[in-house]
Amino acid sequence: MEVGRSSDNNTSDTIDRPLDYIERIPGGAVITTTVDKVFGWARESSLWYMLFGLACCAIEMMAAGAARFDLDRFGMIFRATPRQSDLMIVAGTVTKKMAPRVKRLYEQMSEPRYVIAMGSCANAGGPFADSYAVIKGVDKIIPVDVYVPGCPPRPEALINGILELRKKIRLESGLVKAENGEPVDG
Amino acid sequence: MSSAIKTDLVEINMGPQHPSTHGVLRLDVTLDGEVVVNCRPDVGYLHRGIEKLAEMRSWVQFIPITDRLDYLASMLGNAAYVGAIEKLGQIDVPERAEYIRIIMMELQRVASHLVFFGTMALDLGATTPFLYAFREREDVLDLFEMVCGARLTYNYFRPGGVSRDLPGGFYKKCKAYIKKQREKLTEYDDLFTNNQIFIARTRDVGIISGEDAVNYSLSGPSLRGSGIAYDVRTADPYSIYDRFDWQVVTSAKGDSLARFQMRVEEIKQSLNIVEQALEGIPEGELKCRTPQRLKLPEGEIYYHIESARGDLGVYIVSDGGDKPYRLKWRAPSFINLGALNSLVKGWKVADVVAILGSIDVVLGEVDR
Repeated sequence: MEVGRSSDNNTSDTIDRPLDYIERIPGGAVITTTVDKVFGWARESSLWYMLFGLACCAIEMMAAGAARFDLDRFGMIFRATPRQSDLMIVAGTVTKKMAPRVKRLYEQMSEPRYVIAMGSCANAGGPFADSYAVIKGVDKIIPVDVYVPGCPPRPEALINGILELRKKIRLESGLVKAENGEPVDG
Repeated sequence: MSSAIKTDLVEINMGPQHPSTHGVLRLDVTLDGEVVVNCRPDVGYLHRGIEKLAEMRSWVQFIPITDRLDYLASMLGNAAYVGAIEKLGQIDVPERAEYIRIIMMELQRVASHLVFFGTMALDLGATTPFLYAFREREDVLDLFEMVCGARLTYNYFRPGGVSRDLPGGFYKKCKAYIKKQREKLTEYDDLFTNNQIFIARTRDVGIISGEDAVNYSLSGPSLRGSGIAYDVRTADPYSIYDRFDWQVVTSAKGDSLARFQMRVEEIKQSLNIVEQALEGIPEGELKCRTPQRLKLPEGEIYYHIESARGDLGVYIVSDGGDKPYRLKWRAPSFINLGALNSLVKGWKVADVVAILGSIDVVLGEVDR
C-alpha cells in the first residue's frame, strides 16, 4: 500500500485506523499493519444491512437511512436479500409466527454476520411482553451483538448502536468470529 | 395471447421478508407464465395480540398500545380509541383540545401519506422520491416532538383532552412547515407524479369499480379513488371537522394512479385544515377533569374515524370496570387487503407491487 508523498506532518496514521506504522521510503511510504486490522477496518466500514422491517421500529430504521440521518455516510447500504447482507437489524416485535422466518433469514446470511436488536420488543418483548403471541426478545432465537433500547429508538440511538457494533468489529480478530470463537469459512 | 401451449402454474412466495410488502406480509402468488392467476395474502406475522392485551390494561394504560397499531398514524389510533372512551363515558372535550387534536390528526395524515408517497416510489424502483418525502416528514416529526416529545409513538390524547399544551414557537414553526410543504408538493409532481415511467406503471393498472370497491368494503383513499365520496369526516362527523373549509377529493378512474393521486390531494386538504385550525384556535382548558382511576359505565360502543388508511373503527364492551371487557378494531388496512386478490388477478407479477403499494397497508394494523 502506498500513500501520497507530499504530507510532511504525519497525521494520517492517527486518523486512519489500519495504518499502524508508516515507514518512509524514497518516493512514498510503506504501511505495516496486521491482517486482523485490515479485515476489521474493511468489515466495519461497509456494513450492508438487510432491509428487514418487522414493526414500528422499521419506520425509524427507514428514517435513519433517509435524508436527515443518512446511514450511507457509514458505508451502509440496504440490501433486500440476506445473501448480500452483513448486518441484520431486527427492527420490531418478533412474533411466534415470524420467529422461524427470522432464524432462517439469519442462517441465510453469510459469515461474518452481525445482529442489532433494535427497540424494546426485539430486546425483551417491550410493551407486548405479556402477550401470548410475542417472543420475549430476539436473543431467544438468534445471537445478538448490540441491543438498542427505546420504543422506538430514535435514529440517533440506532446510529449509536451501529457505532458500538463497529467498535466491536474493529476489535475482533479478522479470521476468528468473536461470538463463538470458531474460524470463519473461506 | 392465444394459449396453444399449456404451461404449468407456478406458485411463488412474496415475503414475509420482501422490501415492498411494507412489513411482514406474505403473498402466495400463483402465476401462469408472468400473469397472476391467484394471490392469497397470508397475514399474522405481526400478530401481537393487541386486542387481548387491552383486557389486561386499564382504560388509560391502553393508549400507548394504540400508537403501535397503525404506527404510521399513531395520533389517529389514539384519536379513535380515546374518542370511543369519550362517547361511552360521555366525557366532554374542551374547545382548545379539539383544535389541538385536529391539528395533530391532520399533520399525522400528512406524515402518513408522505411515507406512502416515498415507499410507493421505492416499490416502483425510484429511490429519490423516498428521500424527498422523508425529508419533509422529518419536519412534521419535529412538530410532534415539540408537542409530546416523541417522534413516532406519541401517547398524546387523553380521555377528555390532550396531555399537554402546544409549546411556544409551535404556531410559527407549523406555519413555516405548511408553506414549505406546499412548495415541495410541486417539486414532487415534477420529479415523480408527472414522470412517464411512473404513469406507465400505474395508469389503468389494478382497476376496481366503485360498486366493487363498496362491495369489498374498501375505505379511505382507496375507495375515493374509485369515485365514491365516502369520508367518515363528512359521512359521520366527529370532532369539529364541520367548522373547516375542505373537500373530499375523489377520482372516477379507480386505478393505482388514482389511488396515489387521492393521497397527494389529501395532503393538500389536510394542510388547509391545519392552517385554518391554527388561525381559529382559542385559549382555554386542555383537558376536562377525569377521575384518576377512570371507570366507564356498563355498555358497548362503536366509534369510527377517518384514519390515513380509511374507516378506522373501535368497538368496546365495558362491564363497568376500569378495564375494557372486550375491544375490537375495525382495521381499514386489513379490510382493504381483502380486495387485493381481485385487484391483481390478470396483471403481471411486477404489477403486484404497484397495486399493493397503492392500497397502502400497514401490517401493524392488519395483524393487530
